[in-house]
Amino acid sequence: MSGNVISIEAINLTKVYFRGSEEIPAVNDVSLQINKGDFISIIGPSGSGKTTLVNLLGCLDNPTSGELSLAGRSIFNKGKRLSERDLTKIRRETFGYIFQNFYLIPTLTVMENVMLPLTFYRKPGTENEAVKLLQLLGMEHRKKHLPGQISGGEMQRVAIARAMVNMPEILLADEPTGNLDTKRSVEILKVLQELNRNIGLTVIMVTHNQELAQYAHRMFEMRDGQIYQIGNK
Amino acid sequence: MITKFQVAYKNLLRKRIRSLLTLIGIALSAWVLVSLLGFNHGYETALNKDIDNMGFQLMMMAKGCPYEAATMMLKGGTGLKYMKESVVNDVAKEPEVEKTTPILMAAVFDPNKGESGGVAGYFGIEPKSFSQMKTFLKFKQGGWFTDENAYEAVMGYEAAELEQREVGDKTLIPEKNIEFKVVGILERTGTQDDGTIFIPLRTAQKVFGRPDEITTLGIKVKKGVDSTRLENKLSKLPDVQIVSLAEVKQTIMKLISTAKVMVLSIAIIAILIAMVGVINTILMSVHERFQEIGILKTIGAMPWDIFKLIWIETLILCTIGGVLGVGLALILSRVTGMVIRYVLPYAPIGGLVLIDLKLVLITIAVVLCIGLLSGLYPAWKAGRIRPLEAIRSNIG
Repeated sequence: MSGNVISIEAINLTKVYFRGSEEIPAVNDVSLQINKGDFISIIGPSGSGKTTLVNLLGCLDNPTSGELSLAGRSIFNKGKRLSERDLTKIRRETFGYIFQNFYLIPTLTVMENVMLPLTFYRKPGTENEAVKLLQLLGMEHRKKHLPGQISGGEMQRVAIARAMVNMPEILLADEPTGNLDTKRSVEILKVLQELNRNIGLTVIMVTHNQELAQYAHRMFEMRDGQIYQIGNK
Repeated sequence: MITKFQVAYKNLLRKRIRSLLTLIGIALSAWVLVSLLGFNHGYETALNKDIDNMGFQLMMMAKGCPYEAATMMLKGGTGLKYMKESVVNDVAKEPEVEKTTPILMAAVFDPNKGESGGVAGYFGIEPKSFSQMKTFLKFKQGGWFTDENAYEAVMGYEAAELEQREVGDKTLIPEKNIEFKVVGILERTGTQDDGTIFIPLRTAQKVFGRPDEITTLGIKVKKGVDSTRLENKLSKLPDVQIVSLAEVKQTIMKLISTAKVMVLSIAIIAILIAMVGVINTILMSVHERFQEIGILKTIGAMPWDIFKLIWIETLILCTIGGVLGVGLALILSRVTGMVIRYVLPYAPIGGLVLIDLKLVLITIAVVLCIGLLSGLYPAWKAGRIRPLEAIRSNIG
């Protein structure tokens, strides 16, 4: 369900790491356009640069060179580096993140974990999203449980609810099923698919699993820091 | 909605033992601090009360060591020196003097006092002038002597308790084997007078073989008069010395200041140890939650939010620790007072550790300030964690 409004546009995005005097281009001259409501997956072997790319797209890191714009607003260009504070501002207005290691706060209940982002920032127009999201993700009956008392699949659902509580435009999922078995992985992918279909959420997912990558509208592969589109629905 | 306070509080519960130990450290340092401040306050108040209860500002005594003389008045003692009673008239002539009261002190060894005997203090006094100086003296039973030559005694509250005497009973002066009739028992005053037996001055002079002699002359100075000038005038009289109770107080306070410096050093060390403990606990906690803090930043927390979160943890620890420490100090202030009394060479009667609301608030404020200072570095460090580094790391 791709629309025509550009959500993210990357032009010649490059990220170079230095190991001593050696230059390692983790992301090399990547240009990519993701529309609002798109669901893309990025696969590739370890070290291919897929996570680095997602970090750049998700404003978790500054690129070495290249341009990045979000909904037409220029974020990085001409080597401009943003401070951690500015990056945080952009992130909390635009992105939701989920990771392989769910990173739930063990001392907070499921409900408290989901509401945690609101402690720091509440996007205007978001009300009682936590309850709705837990209902949507089938986790309402677990809202008073601690993360240690629920399964891995349930933890990732909670992490999704937490990422969604401020109604982001884009959800970045870095190996969201890396710690789950096949059944739970499919369940999570279906949740992402539903969010994409029902509320028009843009989803960018990094995965090792080619089968799960098929759930996306468009599939990309990263090799040696460069990106190739390998599938389209 | 979950608040930063709830997040911080729940985090402290994660490592309960560690938080508890840090809390104990803070509580102990708060205890030491408030007890020290309480001692500072209590000792001076008790000493002032002791000196005020003497009823006079100057004492005239036969020449000798003034400190010994002062201690004798406050604590009782032996090795007394005597002066002629006629000096009373010389002093009373001075325009600055409001009242005087002559006293003949005597200390007699009483083999029945305590387990292995003790010194019993007798004060020969003139009831009229003495009671005018010590207006707080009240009788539990009976009253003053019927005659200035009578063999009658008025007993302090504790002296009567110790000897189990009531009005109408007889009491024997040890060594002298002279019987006195108890005509009055004083109410408890909380001063040295409680342990003293008072007899008429004339009788005392006869019994102890000191006709026309006294040991001390209490001098009450008129209000608004410069007592230093009077002191200088009186000290010119032959064979006598003037002890100003204000000076005595200053001297005792000077002696005590050494002890205070010691205790203050201990308090500072205790606070420093607690401070290091807080820094360590919070730093460990930040280190362990490196990834979590990074994630908080991906979900919208600004560096200042993280800083506050960590600072609140310090604040919770210090508030609870401070309140516990102060509570402990309040409960144990009597015990602390007893320990200090045991250690110090001279301690006035009454509570030595006085902790009032002001001291409580000062201590809690100091503990909080120190806690917030301790939390500064860990909180700043946590605020600087970059989410990307946190996600990449394998700590936690």
